[in-house]
Amino acid sequence: MVDPIKVYPSKPAKVYFYGTCLVDLLYPDAGIAGVELLEREGIEVLFPRNQTCCGQPAYTSGYHDQARSVARAQLDLFPGDWPIVVPSGSCGGMMRKHYPALFKDTTDEVKAAEVAGRVWELTDFLLNVCHIKLEDLGEPTTVAMHTSCSARREMGVAEVGPKLLGQLKKVNLVEQIRPEECCGFGGTFAIRHPEISGAMVSEKVDTLVEAGAKQFVTTDCGCLMNIAGYAEKNQKPLEGQHILSFLWARTRGKGGQQS
Amino acid sequence: MSARETILQRLRNRTGGELTVPECDFSVLERPDWSTTERVERFEKMIESVHGEVHHCTEDSWMDRLAEVLATRGARNLLVAKAHEIGQSLRSADRNDLPELLIYDEPIESWQAHLFNEVDVSITSTRGGIAETGSLILWPTVDEPRLMSLVAPVHIAILKASELYTTFHEAMKAQNWAAGMPTNALLISGPSKTADIEQTLAYGVHGPKELIVLMIE
Amino acid sequence: MSETAEHADHHIDVKQFHPRAQAAIHNPKIRKNFRSAMDGLMAKRKAAFEGWDLETLRDLGANVRLRALANLPDLLEQLENKLTENGIKVHWAVDGDEACRIVRDICKARDAITVIKGKSMVSEEMELNHYLEEQGIEALESDLGEYIVQLAGETPSHIIMPAIHKNTGEISKLLHEKTGTDLSNDVEYLTASARQQLREKFMNADVGVSGVNFAVAETGTLCLVENEGNGRMTTTVPPCHIAVTGIEKVVPGMEDVSALLALLTRSATGQHITTYFNMISGPRKAEELDGPEEVHLVLVDNGRSSIYQDDELLDTLRCIRCGACMNHCPVYTRVGGHAYGTTYPGPIGKILMPHLIGLDEGRHLPSASSLCGACGEVCPVKIPIPDLLVRLRQESVDGDRLHPAKVRGHGAKRSAMEAMIWKGWAWMHASPGVYRFGTGVASKLRALQPASAGAWTNYRTAPKLAAKTLHQRMKERGQ
Repeated sequence: MVDPIKVYPSKPAKVYFYGTCLVDLLYPDAGIAGVELLEREGIEVLFPRNQTCCGQPAYTSGYHDQARSVARAQLDLFPGDWPIVVPSGSCGGMMRKHYPALFKDTTDEVKAAEVAGRVWELTDFLLNVCHIKLEDLGEPTTVAMHTSCSARREMGVAEVGPKLLGQLKKVNLVEQIRPEECCGFGGTFAIRHPEISGAMVSEKVDTLVEAGAKQFVTTDCGCLMNIAGYAEKNQKPLEGQHILSFLWARTRGKGGQQS
Repeated sequence: MSARETILQRLRNRTGGELTVPECDFSVLERPDWSTTERVERFEKMIESVHGEVHHCTEDSWMDRLAEVLATRGARNLLVAKAHEIGQSLRSADRNDLPELLIYDEPIESWQAHLFNEVDVSITSTRGGIAETGSLILWPTVDEPRLMSLVAPVHIAILKASELYTTFHEAMKAQNWAAGMPTNALLISGPSKTADIEQTLAYGVHGPKELIVLMIE
Repeated sequence: MSETAEHADHHIDVKQFHPRAQAAIHNPKIRKNFRSAMDGLMAKRKAAFEGWDLETLRDLGANVRLRALANLPDLLEQLENKLTENGIKVHWAVDGDEACRIVRDICKARDAITVIKGKSMVSEEMELNHYLEEQGIEALESDLGEYIVQLAGETPSHIIMPAIHKNTGEISKLLHEKTGTDLSNDVEYLTASARQQLREKFMNADVGVSGVNFAVAETGTLCLVENEGNGRMTTTVPPCHIAVTGIEKVVPGMEDVSALLALLTRSATGQHITTYFNMISGPRKAEELDGPEEVHLVLVDNGRSSIYQDDELLDTLRCIRCGACMNHCPVYTRVGGHAYGTTYPGPIGKILMPHLIGLDEGRHLPSASSLCGACGEVCPVKIPIPDLLVRLRQESVDGDRLHPAKVRGHGAKRSAMEAMIWKGWAWMHASPGVYRFGTGVASKLRALQPASAGAWTNYRTAPKLAAKTLHQRMKERGQ
């Protein structure tokens, strides 16, 4: 499922920023953090105003006609030749991996494949295209990392988060057992099969807490609201953040052109 | 229309049309050309990891080792082939440190209960072994029937180190299995075992509890 | 038809997945048994592939299977010819019932009243034991796990480890009640007593029934993978051996087998190879002293030729039944095999069973996945299981006008209400102005957001809307 070989582009002057609907509504700070990090790397961020949702919720629910109509509305947002960066492995995976299949045998087939080929998960882009160097300005802390399943398996970025966190000198990264196991979010899965999803997230929270972390970071807002939401409801000593928010908070004010 | 025709017709008239036939590159199964010593070491390591036992011996000493193995187990008898040189030499050795020698020379029907209940140990030849997985290759014959390696609580197999192959892929090619197979062929890699009760390993569930390899070097 | 209806009437209702899953989740014993077993199996698989170029090996596995499927009708004919030449009688069955009747007829012709069985998932598919019992023929399982499950009157909860849901204490109690074995937690003792009981059965059985792991067309060889030796007993001791297998199990040559065998046992149980790899190419010859005098192969279609019609669904038929997908499935690990109520549980069951029982009957199966992708990642023949789950989700709601659904019972899950919701959702998200207006208003009214959001908030707090959307904040930044 993962690309056998990922060919990273050279660092561009500009990128398209595709915020995703969850970031838009629930975690805009993560989106802004991503924009700031990119700008600090000297990249101009283009934010297409007409972006809404990648279409994944309908797609994974089987409503492909509806997924296609929403996805089609996104295809025209990126007229230039710039990479499209997404602060989510899940939405990134939808665009990069599933758009070509979704538009196969339609008049948008070529365009969908072209757009898909330019999609990058944002932390992957920061590390492997921008070659970002992070200077840690925060207090010593301990965190755990949860890489979403789509970030790990569809976008192939399992190594990226830990590497970025590893650049932060005062951050002690601990690893939970079974780091590769799903947190139980799965989009509508959490609603259609609440008990199973609940059992999965409860174990995920336990392993994170047992690893000695009071906070965790993740690549995806779905996992974030699932894991942090469970911890909050069940009064577990665990808080969560999008990894971009965390990286920006610990390094802000350094070396930037703006901010 | 018969079931056969129905099925074949459905497969032949596939609505999706002809399928493309992919290339198969088997080179990933190949291993560097190990020396005999390396093959012996690997074989031993692998078969011991699954509770098999290896005794190193020579053309001259294997019968002594066999006698020791049988003595420590208090074997009352040993099932041997009639025509194979292993059986022949055991019978002609006329040793007093060997238990009673039994010969599998009648159809199973005539002595099934005896074979199942009374035979303590059997000894067979092999058609070589596989180092990578610690496996013995057996092609049962009229002389060494299928059940010789299955029914007794202890199975002893004689393996020549020079007949160790590195991989199954190599063995199969070298022995040209594609040209035709016997009614029954086997790879045996350790004693019979199960983990069906709470993943706890137990040996000798249906076949031999012990597999002993006399490796002739 | 009455035979079919009668045969099917003790089916578990697959549609009752939810209550069974819920019960399993609240059963600490099930949770513990499966968690520890799956953790062990995952670790063993990983260790077994150390030093291998696993991606290349999986590519080979996938190509070997695809090559076989591409030539399936020719290979089946070649297999039939070769087996016939070798003295093995070949039978064809369109479905499980026909396969059952074939087995029965072979038994009747020999006046057989006892059948001993080696492990065979296809025979589970056929519900052969049940059928034979109805015909007055005793069918006894000889694989220890299957034997335990049969004594308990249950079905396997895992395709490789059928009794994995039971612990030693339960098995001891069961063996004590059913066979008179002393109560004991000593696994060696329990195993030894089963050996004793089953030896008698092997000696007296009229017919042995087994499955097949690979059927080799080139040489006419039936390959069986096992550890216990019960498979060898089953196929060697009784005077008649009947092998049953799905039509997709055929491969061109022994070389293909060497690749698939390397993948199968390592993926399944983390073994480099199983204790026995049993290759059967014919019945006992006149001069031979043991082995069955008759060998039969029953080739069972049972929905497979329908799967074969579609390029994407076809990948389902690559499966070599290793069980790695279930061992790595976070859903299977939580609910165990019985919750599914299907012959094949876990991810492979979710993509295979809808074809066997219909997507109406199996409507809940494709949705019971978080699409985490662990199954596809470990599949030794690279079946894109998550993609197939999405495809079946689409078919279960008739969700794609461009690709009309094909699987029997499609559309059964579609509800007017849900379709309406998705249409509304699509309209909003395909209309950027409407979307921005709607999300902007929602953010402004976030104080009114209810604390409860259905099933989600049974376990978690509701996600909180931000005061301003990213769109609004980017606009403020002039971007």
